[in-house]
Amino acid sequence: MKRYSAFAIAREALKGHTGWERAWRNAQPKKRYDVIIVGAGGHGLATAYYLGKNFGITNVAVIEKGWLGGGNTGRNTTIIRSNYLQDPSAAIYEKARSLYETMSQDLNFNVMFSPRGVLMLAQTEHEVRGYQRTAHANALQGVTTEFVSPERVKEIVPIINIDGPRYPVLGGLWQARAGTARHDAVAWGYARACSDMGMDIIQKCEVTGVTRENGKVTGVETTKGHIGCDKLGIVVAGHSGQVAELAGFRLPIEAVPLQALVSEPIKPCMDCVVMANTVHGYMSQSDKGEMVIGGGTDGYNGFTQRGSFHHVEETVRALVETFPMISRLKMLRQWGGIVDMTGDRSPILSKTPVEGVFINCGWGTGGFKAIPGSGWGFAELMATGHSPLTADFGLNRFREGRFIDESVAAGVAH
Amino acid sequence: MSTRLASGGRLTNRSKQIEFSFDGKRLTGFEGDTLASALLANDQMMLGRSFKYHRPRGLVASGSEEPNALVNLGKGDTHEPNQRATTTELFSGLEATSQNHWPNLDMDIGAVNGLFSRFLTAGFYYKMFIHPRPFWKHIYEPFIRQSAGLGKAPKAEARDPDTYEHFYAYVDVLVIGGGVAGLQAAKAAGEAGAKVLLVEQTAHWGGRAVVDGGTIDGMEAEEWVKTTLEALGKMDNVQVRSRTMGAGVYDHGYILCYERVRDHAPLAGGPRHRMWKVRAKQTVTATGAIERPLSFAGNDIPGVMLASAVRDYVVNYGVSVGDRTVVVTNNDDAYRTAIALKKAGMDVPVIVDARQMGGGALMDEAKALGIRVETGRGIAKVKGGKRVTGVTICNQQGEGAMIEEIACDCVAMSGGWSPVVHLWSHCGGKLNWDDAQAMFRPDHDRAPTSHDGKPFVTVAGSANGYLGLKDVLEDADTAGKSVSGSSAMTDAPKAENAEEKPLEPVWLMPQGASYDLRMKAWLDYQNDVKVSDVQLAAREGYESVEHTKRYTTLGMATDQGKLSNINGLATLSNALNEAIPQVGTTTFRPPYTPFSMGAIAGEARGDIFQPIRKTPMHQWHMDNGAEFEPVGHWRRPYCFPKAGESKHDAVMREVRATRDSLGLLDASTLGKIIVKGSDAGKFLDMLYTNMMSTLKPGKCRYGLMCNENGFLSDDGVVARIDEDTFLCHTTTGGADRIHAHMEEWLQTEWWDWKVYTANVTEQYAQVAVVGPNARKVLEKLGGMDVSKEAIAFMEWKDGTLGGYNARVYRISFSGELSYEIAVPANQGRDFWDALLEAGAEFNVTPYGTEALHIMRAEKGFIMIGDETDGTIIPQDLGLHWAISKKKEDYLGKRAQERLHMADPNRWQLVGLETLDGSVLPDGAYAVGEGYNANKQRNTQGRVTSTYYSPTLNKGIAMGIVHNGPNRMGEDIPFMAVDGETIIRAKIVNPVFFDPEGAKQNV
Amino acid sequence: MLILQCPYCGVMADETELHAGGEAHIKRFGPGSSDEEFEGYMFGRENPKGVHFERWRHVNGCGKWFHAARDTNTMEVFGTYTAQTSTPPEDLLAQIRDKRPGFKWREFS
Repeated sequence: MKRYSAFAIAREALKGHTGWERAWRNAQPKKRYDVIIVGAGGHGLATAYYLGKNFGITNVAVIEKGWLGGGNTGRNTTIIRSNYLQDPSAAIYEKARSLYETMSQDLNFNVMFSPRGVLMLAQTEHEVRGYQRTAHANALQGVTTEFVSPERVKEIVPIINIDGPRYPVLGGLWQARAGTARHDAVAWGYARACSDMGMDIIQKCEVTGVTRENGKVTGVETTKGHIGCDKLGIVVAGHSGQVAELAGFRLPIEAVPLQALVSEPIKPCMDCVVMANTVHGYMSQSDKGEMVIGGGTDGYNGFTQRGSFHHVEETVRALVETFPMISRLKMLRQWGGIVDMTGDRSPILSKTPVEGVFINCGWGTGGFKAIPGSGWGFAELMATGHSPLTADFGLNRFREGRFIDESVAAGVAH
Repeated sequence: MSTRLASGGRLTNRSKQIEFSFDGKRLTGFEGDTLASALLANDQMMLGRSFKYHRPRGLVASGSEEPNALVNLGKGDTHEPNQRATTTELFSGLEATSQNHWPNLDMDIGAVNGLFSRFLTAGFYYKMFIHPRPFWKHIYEPFIRQSAGLGKAPKAEARDPDTYEHFYAYVDVLVIGGGVAGLQAAKAAGEAGAKVLLVEQTAHWGGRAVVDGGTIDGMEAEEWVKTTLEALGKMDNVQVRSRTMGAGVYDHGYILCYERVRDHAPLAGGPRHRMWKVRAKQTVTATGAIERPLSFAGNDIPGVMLASAVRDYVVNYGVSVGDRTVVVTNNDDAYRTAIALKKAGMDVPVIVDARQMGGGALMDEAKALGIRVETGRGIAKVKGGKRVTGVTICNQQGEGAMIEEIACDCVAMSGGWSPVVHLWSHCGGKLNWDDAQAMFRPDHDRAPTSHDGKPFVTVAGSANGYLGLKDVLEDADTAGKSVSGSSAMTDAPKAENAEEKPLEPVWLMPQGASYDLRMKAWLDYQNDVKVSDVQLAAREGYESVEHTKRYTTLGMATDQGKLSNINGLATLSNALNEAIPQVGTTTFRPPYTPFSMGAIAGEARGDIFQPIRKTPMHQWHMDNGAEFEPVGHWRRPYCFPKAGESKHDAVMREVRATRDSLGLLDASTLGKIIVKGSDAGKFLDMLYTNMMSTLKPGKCRYGLMCNENGFLSDDGVVARIDEDTFLCHTTTGGADRIHAHMEEWLQTEWWDWKVYTANVTEQYAQVAVVGPNARKVLEKLGGMDVSKEAIAFMEWKDGTLGGYNARVYRISFSGELSYEIAVPANQGRDFWDALLEAGAEFNVTPYGTEALHIMRAEKGFIMIGDETDGTIIPQDLGLHWAISKKKEDYLGKRAQERLHMADPNRWQLVGLETLDGSVLPDGAYAVGEGYNANKQRNTQGRVTSTYYSPTLNKGIAMGIVHNGPNRMGEDIPFMAVDGETIIRAKIVNPVFFDPEGAKQNV
Repeated sequence: MLILQCPYCGVMADETELHAGGEAHIKRFGPGSSDEEFEGYMFGRENPKGVHFERWRHVNGCGKWFHAARDTNTMEVFGTYTAQTSTPPEDLLAQIRDKRPGFKWREFS
C-alpha cells in the first residue's frame, strides 16, 4: 500500500494524480475463507481489520450486498462519546472512543476524529440527578466526564439559550474528549487497511443462504456463488433479522427508520456536540459548516430509509427552542437509516445457536460511535470464543432478564 | 458588462424604482426584479466565492437551481445566510452581502487555496493532516472549518422576530408547478370536479413557455396562461398559490409545501413562511426541467451562464448579461438565446455547436439574423478571472488545440435538459435513462405507491421528459384527467412542437481534453468539484455513485446537485466504462430546495413550545414566588422562597413547619384513574403486585405496578369507592402512561373483562394537608367528621369541608398526620385559599416537591424515578410485603422468576448515613475490591436519593447495596465524583424518622 | 407519514393521531411457562421485510386499539381490523395472499 501523506500528494500533483492506486482491491470471491463477514459497514470492516491486526487471521472476506459503508455507517450524525451509565456499555464505547483517537494514524487514512466535546443538557431535576449519577459511574469506569453548571454550558456553547421559558438549562454532562469523525472515511480507511492485509472486500454480492452441516456453518450462498468458511460473522444493521433467518435462528430485533437532517453550511458557530434529551434533539456543526441534527425513530417497523416528517418537525422545534439563532437557517437535506432495536436498546454481540456463526447487531440509534470497539471485541469473540468487551452483550441475556438498560428513567417524581 | 437594456422585461415595472444595497453599496432596481437581475443590471457579476478554492463566483442560473449566487440577507435578528439571489424578490431596503471571503469579495485571502488546487484534489484531506496527531484538532481542522462554511452564522443571541405557521390541506389533486403543464393539469382536474390545489414556487405563472414563446390554442403563451389562470380562479374547487414550493413527498400522499408568504414584503403583517401539510389523493408534479452546464475548462468563470438563464434575464428583466455573448451548445434550444440576444440588439459573435451537423430550423433562423455558427466545435478554454474576457475554440473531437480566440464577456452554455424528478423520487419513484434525450425520466411502471398500493404521483410535461410545447400540454392534459378520473373527451390545448434536431450528449468539451483542461472543467461550482476529481475517485476505487459523491462532495452543496449530478454521473460512467443507468443515481431527498427551520418549527415556540399543564392553584404558586420544576408537562413548585431566602433555606423551613405544625401541598398533579366494572378487582389484581380485590369499600391500599418485564413502573394509593369502583392514584408523570397501560391490557388481552377506566386527573384539585395541626384546621373549616374514629388511617370518606364537596383520604407520604383532600377542580383554588386562611393561626406553610421528597425519605418511602430507574424490581426495594403471595399471576410476576431477577446478589435497598453527618453526593457509587475484566472499578452499591434532613439535622440517604439488609451497621466506601475521594457511610435502616409511626397514627 | 383507517370510528387517521404498538397476535405467557416461551413472548418478533400484522391505538381519537396489516417495505396497508381477536380475518388474509403470493407470517400465511 502506498502511504498517504502531504508528500505523496505533492508528488502526485506533479504528475496529474495518475499514480494513486485503488483504495481497496476489486476482489472476486475465492472458494473459501477462514472467516466471512457479511456486511461491509463500519462494524463489519472493523471486525475484519482487528481479526487481521490482533489475531493474524487474514484469510477473510467481507461480503456486501450494496456498496461498502452504504448503510448506517454513511447515514449517521457521526457522534462519538462514551459517557454511558452501565459498565458494559461504558467499556465498549470507551474502548471505541480511545481507538478513534489514533485511528487516522493506525489506518493511515484521515478519519478526522475531532474530540470537540459532547455536552448532554440537564433540563429537569430528574435529569440533573441522572447525569450526576453518570458522572460518578464514569469516574469509576475510566471515562472522563464532568457535570457542569449552566454558566459553563453557556461558555462552551455560546449559541445556546440557557433561560428558555419552558426548560431552562440546569447543567450538563460534559465529555471533553468525545466528538465526531468523518463517517465515510471510517469505512474507507478500514476497507483500505483490510484490503492491504490481503482480505477480500466483495461488493454487490448478496448473501442468499447460509450452508450448515451438523449444526455448524460451512459457508454462504451468494449471488456470486457458494463461498465456504469456518466462521461467519453477521454484521448487517437494518437487515439482521433477515440474514439470521437464512442461518436458521431468530433475533430479538425490530427494524425501525431513524432520521437525521442537515442545514445549509454556515461559518463556524458551534464547536461541540449538544444533546438535549428532555426536548429530544441533538446538534453539532460539521467541518463543512452544516448543522447536523439527529431526529427520532418511527414507532413502527419500516425498511424504507425514509421515516415520517413529524419526527423532523419535533426535533427541529426542540432545537429552535434550545438554539434560537437557527430559526432562519434552512434545512438542506433529510434522510433516514434503518436501525435494529433490541428489547433493552443495547447491542447484541454474541455466539448464536449455529456453531461458527456470530452476530453483531442491535446498535439501535448509536452504532457509529462504537465501530472500533465493536470490531475489536467482536473480532476477539470470533477468534477466541470470548471477549470481556462483548461478554455482557450475549443473546442469553433476554432469557435471563439480565438487561443492559441505559434509559434510566422509568418515571418521574411525585 | 452586464446592464439594463433600454426596454424590455416582462416582469419588471420600470415606473417603480427600488433601492437596495450589496456589500454596502447603494443600488437601485425595479419592482419585479429578483436580487439577481437587479445586481446584474448594476454590472455586479461576481457575487461570492466558492467553497474550497474560494474561486470568484457569479450567477449561473435564474431560478432555484442556482449554486453560486448565495448572499447574506438582512442583519441582526433578521440576518439570513445563504439566500439565493435568483429566488429573492427585490424589496425596498433589502441589504445583501456576499459570502465566504476575507477581507472582501474582490480581495480574498482564501483564494490562495486555488493556487494549490493541483494539490487539493478530491479527497486530499483523507490523505494528509494525519501527523502529528494533535494537529488535526488544533490546527488543520480549525483552518478547514473557517475556510469552509458559506454564509455568516447568525449571532449567538439573535432572536428571530418573525412568526411561522402550519396549514393543513386535504385535496383530491395537488399539482406542483405553475408552468403551462401544471396549469393545464390543474384545469383538467378542476373541470372534472376534483378538489385541486395548484402551487408554484415563484411569484409568476407560465414557467418557460412565457419566455420561450409559442402559440397555445391560437394565443400567445402569455395570454393563454392569463386566460387559464382566470378560468381556474372561477372554479370553487380549485385553489392556486404562488410563492409556494412543493418541497417533499412522503408516504401515503403526504406532501409538504413551503409558502414564502412575505419574504418579498418583510414589512407586511402575518407569518413569514407557511408550511403546508397536504394530504393529496393524487399528486401531479409538473416541475419542469433544468438546463445542464457543459464541462469545459473555465466554465466556472463569472459570465459563463446557462443559456436559458441568459435568455431569462433579457426577456423577464430587460437585463443583458454581457455585450458579446458566445453561445455554446449540443442542442437546438440554446439557439433561442442567441436569437433573443440578437433581437435585443446584443452581439453574438458565434454559436459554437458541438454537433457536426448543427441544428435545425432555429439554426437557420439564427443564421438568417447574421449570427455565425460553428458546428463540430467546442470551447477549449474560457479566458478571464473575475469575469469572462474571451474563449478559445477547438474541435469538439480533438484535445483542445486552439483554432481561434474570440473576445466576449458572456458565455451562454447548454448541455441539454434534465427533468426535475426529485419529487417523483422522494418516496420511491424509479427512473429510466432516455438515451435519445440523454436524461433520466420517470418510469411510470415503478411509481411511488400509497396506502392502497396504488401509484399516487404522476409526472407531467417536461418533468416527464417532454420538451415540445404540444407534447407538454397533451401530457399534462392526460395527467390532469387521469388523476381526477375524468372521462371528458375534450382535447388538449392546441400547440406545435418546434422542429428541433436531436441533441448529442457532450459530457466533456473537447472530448479528448487534457488533464490540465479537465482540472479546470467544473461539475459542481459551489463545492469545486471538477471532471478530474470524479475521474480520480473512479481510479481510486470509489466506483459506486454514492462513493464518488461522498469522496468528491459532488452534488452535496446547497443546490444538492441540481446542475451537477447528471454531468458528474456521466463523467463517472465514462471513467468506469459503464453505461449511465448501470451506475445509477444518488438518492433524491427532501426538501427540493432548502426551507427554514422556523417554518418547520411552526407556531410552537417560546411559551407555547410545549404548553404547560396547570393545576387550579397554579396562579397562586406564581403569585407567591414559587420556584418551579418541570414534571411531565406540569410545573410543580419546587419550593416557595420568601424574599431574600435561598431555595435550600426555603426547603428546610417548609419541612420544619410541616413537621412542627401544618403544611399544604398541591397534589393535584397526581394521577387519578377510575377503574369500574364487575371485573375491576380482578383487573387490578393483574395490574398491581398487591391483592386489590380484597380491599373493602372505604379503605385505601398502597400498591405497586410493574411492567410485564418485571420492572417497577409506578406506585400509588388505591381507594375502593364501592363494590365495582376503584380510584387508582398514580405518580404525576405516570397518569397518562398508566391509563394507556390499563387500556392496552383491557382492549388487547382481557377484552372480555367487564371493566371501564377513566383518567380523571384534571377533574379534581387535590391538597395534602399535613402536620400535627392538620386535623385542627379541617375541623375549623368544618362540615364532616375527620376524627380518628370517623376516618382511620388508610380510609377515605366523602363529605364537605368549609362548604366544599370533598373526598378525604387519610393517607400519608410524610409520616405526619395527613389528609389528602380532593375537591372538584373548579373549587380547587377557593378551597386552597380557605385552607390558607383557616391555617394562618397554625403557621400554615405551602411546601414544594423538595420538602415532599425529604419528608418521604426521612420515612424511608421510595420514590418512583429515584429509587427506580427502569432496572429495579420491587424485591430490590424491600417491598416483598406489597407482593401478594396468594396470586397466581400479575403483570411482571413471570418476569421476576427469571435467573437474573431471582439472583440473591441483586443490590437491595438500605438507608445510608455518612460517618460525619454530611450529605452523600447524589448518584455516588459504593466501590468494591479491585477491577473487572474491562479495568473498571468494581462496585457494590449506589445512592438512589440523598438529602439534608432538617428534622434530624444530618445527611440521610437511600441506596441499594449488595447484600445490604444483612450488613446493617457496616460502613462502606463511596467514591466522590473526582474518582479519588472516599466517603464512608454506614448502612442503616431506611426509616430514619419515627419508625413506629406514632406521628401519623393519631 | 402513514394514514390508517380506524376500524372503530371509521376515521382515516393520520399517523400523528396514532400510537404504534408493535407486533400483533402475540400470545401471552405468564407464570408456569418455560423460560423459552417467556422470552419468545417478550422479545421474539417477526420483524418482516414485507407484510406485517401490527397493533395501533387511535390515541388522539377514539382511544381504541386496532390491528393493521401493512407492508413494512412498501407501506401498503392491506386493511385494519379489531384488536379483539387472536387471528387476522380470513378475508384479509385471502386478499394479502392474492396480492403477495407466497407471503409468510407465523401461522397465518
